[in-house]
Amino acid sequence: VEFVKLAATYSTVNLGQGFPDFPPPDFLKEAFVRALSGENHMLHQYTRAFGHPPLVKILAQYFGKLLGRDLDPMTNVMVTVGAYQALFCCFQALVDEGDEVIIIEPFFDCYEPMVKMAGGMPVFVPLRPKAPKDGKLMSSADWQLDPAELASKFSERTKAIVLNSPNNPLGKVFSRGELELIADLCVKHDVLCISDEVYEWLVYDGKEHIRIASLRGMWDRTVIIGSAGKTFSATGWKVGWTVGPNRLLQHLRTVHQNSVYHCATVAQEAVAQGFQRELELYGKPESYFVQLPKMLQQKRDWLVQSLDAVGMKPIVPEGTYFLVADISEFKSDVPDVPDSDEPYDSRFAKWMVKNKGLAAIPLSAFYCGAHKNNYNHFIRFCFAKEEATLKAANDILQKWKLEKTSP
Amino acid sequence: EFTKVAADPSIVNLGQGLPDISPPSYVKEELAKAAAVDRLNQYTRGFGHPSLVKALSQVYERVCGRKLDPLTDILVTVGAYGSLFSTIQALIEEGDEVIIIEPFYDCYEPMVKMAGAKPVFIPLRYKNGGNSASSADWVLDPAELATKFNSKTKAIILNTPHNPIGKVFTREELQVIADLCIKHDTLCISDEVYEWLVYKGNKHIKIATLPGMWERTITIGSAGKTYSVTGWKLGWSIGPQNLIKHLQVVHQNTLYTCPTPLQEALAQAFWIDYKRMDDPDCYFYSLSRELEIKRDRMAQLLQEVGLKPVVPDGGYFMIVDVSTLNVDLSDVDEKQPYDYKFVKWMITSKKLSAIPLSAFCGPATKRQFEKYIRFCFIKKDSTLDAAEVILKNWNKQTA
Repeated sequence: VEFVKLAATYSTVNLGQGFPDFPPPDFLKEAFVRALSGENHMLHQYTRAFGHPPLVKILAQYFGKLLGRDLDPMTNVMVTVGAYQALFCCFQALVDEGDEVIIIEPFFDCYEPMVKMAGGMPVFVPLRPKAPKDGKLMSSADWQLDPAELASKFSERTKAIVLNSPNNPLGKVFSRGELELIADLCVKHDVLCISDEVYEWLVYDGKEHIRIASLRGMWDRTVIIGSAGKTFSATGWKVGWTVGPNRLLQHLRTVHQNSVYHCATVAQEAVAQGFQRELELYGKPESYFVQLPKMLQQKRDWLVQSLDAVGMKPIVPEGTYFLVADISEFKSDVPDVPDSDEPYDSRFAKWMVKNKGLAAIPLSAFYCGAHKNNYNHFIRFCFAKEEATLKAANDILQKWKLEKTSP
Repeated sequence: EFTKVAADPSIVNLGQGLPDISPPSYVKEELAKAAAVDRLNQYTRGFGHPSLVKALSQVYERVCGRKLDPLTDILVTVGAYGSLFSTIQALIEEGDEVIIIEPFYDCYEPMVKMAGAKPVFIPLRYKNGGNSASSADWVLDPAELATKFNSKTKAIILNTPHNPIGKVFTREELQVIADLCIKHDTLCISDEVYEWLVYKGNKHIKIATLPGMWERTITIGSAGKTYSVTGWKLGWSIGPQNLIKHLQVVHQNTLYTCPTPLQEALAQAFWIDYKRMDDPDCYFYSLSRELEIKRDRMAQLLQEVGLKPVVPDGGYFMIVDVSTLNVDLSDVDEKQPYDYKFVKWMITSKKLSAIPLSAFCGPATKRQFEKYIRFCFIKKDSTLDAAEVILKNWNKQTA
């Protein structure tokens, strides 16, 4: 919240907050206009509380296909106000007072307060960077869990583990082997998995996004969370969903029914039509789910190049529209203050937005209080931006480098 | 349960509280305009889209006669439902008591319990006398109300205009509540979603405008009810910064932001009507005039069947005492309240749906209200025509 305000005040180029500065695809905008202006004006009134029927039906069909499973739209799918509210429902429904919930660091910042709000105790386990091969740029794949360390975090009090793949902020796409590691532990300790897969379509270099719920023994203990905002570049619509077994979703429905009850109808209708189109174009080149990652991969590569050229060391993300860069080389601009409470990267990011007009988010924002200084020389950029924005960012970086190297 | 039944198109649905009339066309046009702007399809400010909170502050400054800071005194939520949730989660704690006036909108009770607090009920009671019942005949007993307040009482939930009865609390009635709130230092959660739907001879008064009440009141409003767009699910809470900030924290940790294009469209609609708040064509007044005609028609139809409707002073619901029809349902499942059985029978045999009033009561008062059912009259003429046919033929079939 703090960084959003700073960016709004000072930034000329905002690569901070995670949302696209390009519009949703035309077919989706057209679906929205059709829904709101069509003869059926009842689309401006309440729809089914657990999800507008056309939307839950198509989601059940689409994800049923992906998971190789028959899904019941009424009991295996629930629509929420963004993935954010899906997360809220999961924690409220499934986590009891005194439960432990494993969170992998770095993590999307709402997981921690939501676990606490449910009376649970967050237990953190970090992704640890391995040095890349000589001469190569680091990849998000080089950040890994230590299997023994992960296993040590599971106790008899562990209720759930939160998995975010592709991962915000690093962009890591968990491999099958890594997911199997987590799955084995979940099955062994009878632990639930809250799987935040909002960036499921944003995977690059031909990588595959694997759904942990499709692994053996996992369907029955996993809630999958998705987002129309990320899927269709329409974050402002706030349409999300959960997919999972009825025995878990029934509890999410109870929480939902007693907190928001219904989600906005028109947006749900439009998203349903969007998915219908995507189902028909599944795997084809015109599919938005094929075109979007292609377009974003180019932007990723562009930003990687920009940052590398000036000495910020980018960690090439396998997925999402985020990129983390190591700013150690730029430390001379923002000297260390040894006794400062504030993590270095946070001070750096603030200095950068005020003095260079370039907004990014410090990586320490994605760590719990106790670990904020463990990885404090990284900042996160969002590259879901128009070419002009990325070019402007490049100009700032180039100018900055010039200032550093000139006498 | 009753929502499922109502989905059957052969049934004339006067049950669930949603309009089947169209929202005004400019409201739909504003949404189309908003959706065409690229950045309005992305996240906006968490506590409320800037142009919307600004518009709300202007409208309500005028209504309340008080300066409002759009950034600190207002929170935009997912429907008034979301405001109720955020308010109760933010301000009510484990072990608190919360006074709820019966009959009540059914979510108040579970939300209070979810916050770990105890609901304390007090019923509206029907004053004897008068041929044609009015919602004004239903009142709180001031002495009885006073007994419900104690040192554990954190808040009272007020709903005016009232769902389901349609009562519009008078200044005097609000003063009784206000005096108790001030005396016991209690908060007031004022659900005013039907604030514009008041009929001739009545005025909607905001309890927050009474002396000593602004600082202890959260006032809740609804776009769905204001503009006949229940499916937009936008609502708001208005109150002093020191209370609203807690609602904002809850909101930030539950869904963070509300949809952008809907908020922008709503803001524009509000500007249109704000500019004509002195003009009778303002939607805030024209809608209630339109509904008053429907209300009167509904009341007349019910009277012709021999029923005693409680004519509401506000809102779009009307309750009716059906005991005079003497429909014998004693052979049906005993354990259910009479009104539940009646509604189910009416749906099956008359193809007309309504909501049983005991759905809006705590356990102790179900007996008191089980002879009433609730009709919703914010329906297009053809729906009311269909209801008329059923009602006119009613006696022919049961003779």
